Amino acid sequence: MTSPWTQSEISRREFFEKCAETGAQTFVFGGLFLTTANLRLPQEGERAAAAGKEPDQAIYGFVVDTTTCIGCGSCVRACKAENEVPDGFNRTWVEQYTFFPNGEVIVNSPMGGENGFPENLPERNLPKELEQLPVRGFFVPKLCNHCTDTPCIQVCPVGASFVTKEGVVLIDDERCVGCGYCVQACPFGSRFLNPDTMCADKCTWCYHRITKGLMPACVQACPAKARIFGNVSDPNSEISRILATNRVQVLKSYLGTRPRTRYIGLDSEVV
Amino acid sequence: MNHFVTEGYVLPNQMHIYWTTMIVLYPYITGIVAGAFIISSLHHVFDRHELEPVSRFAMIMAFAFLLFATLPLMAHLGHPERAFNMMFTPNATSAMAGFGFIYSTYLLILAVEIWLLYRADFVFLSQNARHPLMRKLYWLLALGVMDVSPEAKALDRKVMIFLASIGIPAACGLHGYVGFIFGAIKANPWWASPLMPVIFLLSAIVSGIAMVLVCYLVVQWVKGREINGACVFALIESVWYFLIIDVTLELLELLNHAYMANEDWEILKALITTKLFTSFFIIQILLGSVIPFFLLGSVVVFKDRISPSVRNAFGAFGGVLLLMQVAAMRWNVVMGGQMFSKSLRGFLNFDVEIYGREGLIVAGLVLCLPFVTMFVISRILPLWGPLSTFPKEWMKEVVPERKPLKGYSKFS
Repeated sequence: MTSPWTQSEISRREFFEKCAETGAQTFVFGGLFLTTANLRLPQEGERAAAAGKEPDQAIYGFVVDTTTCIGCGSCVRACKAENEVPDGFNRTWVEQYTFFPNGEVIVNSPMGGENGFPENLPERNLPKELEQLPVRGFFVPKLCNHCTDTPCIQVCPVGASFVTKEGVVLIDDERCVGCGYCVQACPFGSRFLNPDTMCADKCTWCYHRITKGLMPACVQACPAKARIFGNVSDPNSEISRILATNRVQVLKSYLGTRPRTRYIGLDSEVV
Repeated sequence: MNHFVTEGYVLPNQMHIYWTTMIVLYPYITGIVAGAFIISSLHHVFDRHELEPVSRFAMIMAFAFLLFATLPLMAHLGHPERAFNMMFTPNATSAMAGFGFIYSTYLLILAVEIWLLYRADFVFLSQNARHPLMRKLYWLLALGVMDVSPEAKALDRKVMIFLASIGIPAACGLHGYVGFIFGAIKANPWWASPLMPVIFLLSAIVSGIAMVLVCYLVVQWVKGREINGACVFALIESVWYFLIIDVTLELLELLNHAYMANEDWEILKALITTKLFTSFFIIQILLGSVIPFFLLGSVVVFKDRISPSVRNAFGAFGGVLLLMQVAAMRWNVVMGGQMFSKSLRGFLNFDVEIYGREGLIVAGLVLCLPFVTMFVISRILPLWGPLSTFPKEWMKEVVPERKPLKGYSKFS
């Protein structure tokens, strides 16, 4: 009599082969699934957190009004003094755009605009007799965009870059390995490797000030009200009113980083 | 948009180039690993017997280069003492965080495979090496597994084939991943491309096979040993095929940029026609791709009509050109991507550092270390064939012609 227990329907070899096959499939497809899920999860989580936030949780935003900036460079000086930014680097800077009749656009930012801009026209490689007067020009202050879907946090291998509950993108100096990957990944040139700390560095919206109810140093120093900072989750704040009554743009919107720094009067030449 | 890129506006934080010589060197070194491993696997797994003379050497070469692949990264990090945080507290969304895991998995596979490949030799040498200390060393290397029965050897071979079949995807993964590090950076139009991992992988294979080819020919010439024609031909043939796919894809990517002519094309065009003109068109394309294509191609096409000495000369010269091409390709990708500003309006100049931590001298030293390692290993293990090729004076007595190693040829 053959009992069902002694009669093997598949050989031991087949059994192990099946096991190996299933295991390999689980490993490969599970790994793929987890990887894809992980790639999205932090951002989804952040959005969910933003959606289900406590009513009094501030979400900060920044508006740059390029139509009022006078290019004095006070913001850059204030930032450098407040945050001890090393020479040759900028957490914020001001760009000057000058348009000439032949279609030429000259952009410059001497020392990031720290000392303002010279009164004479920017230099062009043109013979004297072809010199023309510009047709228009303006200044564009720039800083970290504190993107919602930020590539710098995505690429940081050790998680030293992170976003706070207020939506501010920060760097942990005690974790940063100084690989520079975030510097490469930032589309706006906002990040740099600080030669003093050997860590990545960038604008923090003066996190140490805003958490105490103060304005970022650059906002406080600006004489032209070209920089507006505030709580966008509070409908009565100044920034909410400005965002509600103006058409704003962001830099490099096609990259899908969804910046929290928005611009009024952004020209198509500004990248 | 009108971009007068020659006027040059560079974003204030981009006045510095952060990734320099070391980041050029790192993909170069890992690339050689991938190529050498594939040559070795072609013999061990896919039974390309004509590659037997170099198969052991290729495996050791892969190992020697892999050992030092992390060195340029360490030399580059701002905080090398925190490097292992990448493995202890990895960020799941970071492409770079995968490095430690991919690297160590691959190193482990390679180490086990080499051990299996040489296990029978360890056992034999632990009894027959001339110096008692060396006998002890071989005994240690054998890890106490002294069974060299045909069944044990058959098992070794089975495991080796299994490992090689994991090792090939791992090698491809390691290098495809290096390409992904660059290809996934959307902020940089010169890097961002889904083709980047494929191009990195193929150029890696080209450089690895070229390195095996050049080393084999040079060592045989220096030692005055006979050169195995079938082996050289097989190496030239495989490197030629990989070269064709590699360069086609590289040019295809460039053509795609040019044809799509997005807003970034203006600066990319200026980049390759000014800053990268010499390193891209002259070195990478003309000297490094077109000339080897014809040199090695003539060997492949006129297989039986070409004299061995011409074939070897073409192989060695073409191999050196290919090594230069891949180095230039790494340079053009890594440095080229940083020579223009993200403002898309200006360029940076880069002066090659010589003495610093990331300078040329350190780069040269790092590149020498794998060769030093290979030399040391060649004093302990036969690199260029079975044990019978090992110097007889290093044995207790004259090794009988392969006799104790019956069934051994299966392994090598």
